[in-house]
Amino acid sequence: MLAEREGRARLVAGGTDLIIQLTEGRRAADCLVDITRIPELDRITLEDGMIVLGANVTHRQAAESSLIRERATVLAEACQAVGSLQIRNAGTLGGNVVNAMPAADGSTALLALEAEAEIADGTGRMWVPLRDLFVGPGVSRVDSTREMLTAFRFRALSERQGSALERIARRRALALPILICAVVVTLSEAGEDFESARIALGPVAPVPFRASHAEESLRGAPISLETMARAGEIAMQESHPRSSLLRAAKEYREEVIKVLVRRGLERAVQRAQG
Amino acid sequence: MYLLTMTLNGESVTVEVEPSDLLVDVLRDKLGLTGTKIGCNEGECGACTVIVDGQAVLSCLLPAMKAHGQEVVTVEGLSHDDELHPLQQAFVEKGAVQCGYCTPGLLMSAKALLDENPKPSVEEIEEAIAGNLCRCTGYLQVIEAICDCGLQIADCGNIPKWSG
Repeated sequence: MLAEREGRARLVAGGTDLIIQLTEGRRAADCLVDITRIPELDRITLEDGMIVLGANVTHRQAAESSLIRERATVLAEACQAVGSLQIRNAGTLGGNVVNAMPAADGSTALLALEAEAEIADGTGRMWVPLRDLFVGPGVSRVDSTREMLTAFRFRALSERQGSALERIARRRALALPILICAVVVTLSEAGEDFESARIALGPVAPVPFRASHAEESLRGAPISLETMARAGEIAMQESHPRSSLLRAAKEYREEVIKVLVRRGLERAVQRAQG
Repeated sequence: MYLLTMTLNGESVTVEVEPSDLLVDVLRDKLGLTGTKIGCNEGECGACTVIVDGQAVLSCLLPAMKAHGQEVVTVEGLSHDDELHPLQQAFVEKGAVQCGYCTPGLLMSAKALLDENPKPSVEEIEEAIAGNLCRCTGYLQVIEAICDCGLQIADCGNIPKWSG
């Protein structure tokens, strides 16, 4: 259907972002192709240690899935934080990623989980690292007039791993995040050191952002308030939040990044140890 | 033009729509069901909340054709003849209605909640109505009304004076 209309048709899932953009003239389409009734695109399964999510999994489904809550907690927390129940009932993770906003909760969590996305077009399908899909604010590598994101996959968290989401926003619902921080930690066998950590932040860059220097500072480091606070400090330095009327002042956000990273690490560690 | 057929408030309804029509406009303008309100028209206030296939959704963000073949319930579907639904009765009795603009949306969010969870806790009610903005009541009477209607009996926890 997309091919027939040569770029003038566009895929729609929940529509919670797209409809607003169409109304405001920020995107255009002569025709909307509704993909929400394609079977299998809302599956949530565990296959060989990998969690596979169909792109149509809604925020509510992800937040309530016992598999995701247990083995990818940060994603469940991220999805639960979005919008309102009405929005979570309709909005999908596929849509969240293709919408490509730097503050997107689901996308940030998926980035921390090192997810891959399956992209399908007329010629076939392929798996792509999630980070490669974000080109700029609102700009995705996925062209919804030609291709479709069909699924996500990532390794389910194991016993030595824990994850957490930290978020601040103006209100407890119907509020875009001023800052989000998604953390996944892997502890050493003895459980006293970090084997590795993944820290995804938004919006601190044009696209969802991994604080790689902060992550590196934790590799092999002992688990302590000092190392976690230091990681927060480094994360602040390597991210570049701007001042904005929508998102609060740069100075404020810099201070809060340090706190969110530290808290996220603390909670993720507790969960890994528990 | 497309033909949208849906089960609306228990009855099969067919209406001609343009593919760009949103459900809220079809309900209000083509079907004359003005109970569903438009507050912000961008999914931020919940006034347009209706129930589609058992889930509360924002009708201002829903292309009408997405409701094709689905079950849709609007506030008009709550009362029967002249009898108020117990939720509506509870809202009236508890003083949960002032200007009334947010009320239909709140009722639909509440109904969707009670249909799934007949005895919600205060936290569960708060979460279910978090997407419905009310400028008049301060929400406490709304929570009481939903709690009261849900249980029709005793206690669902202390309704906080200040929830935060």
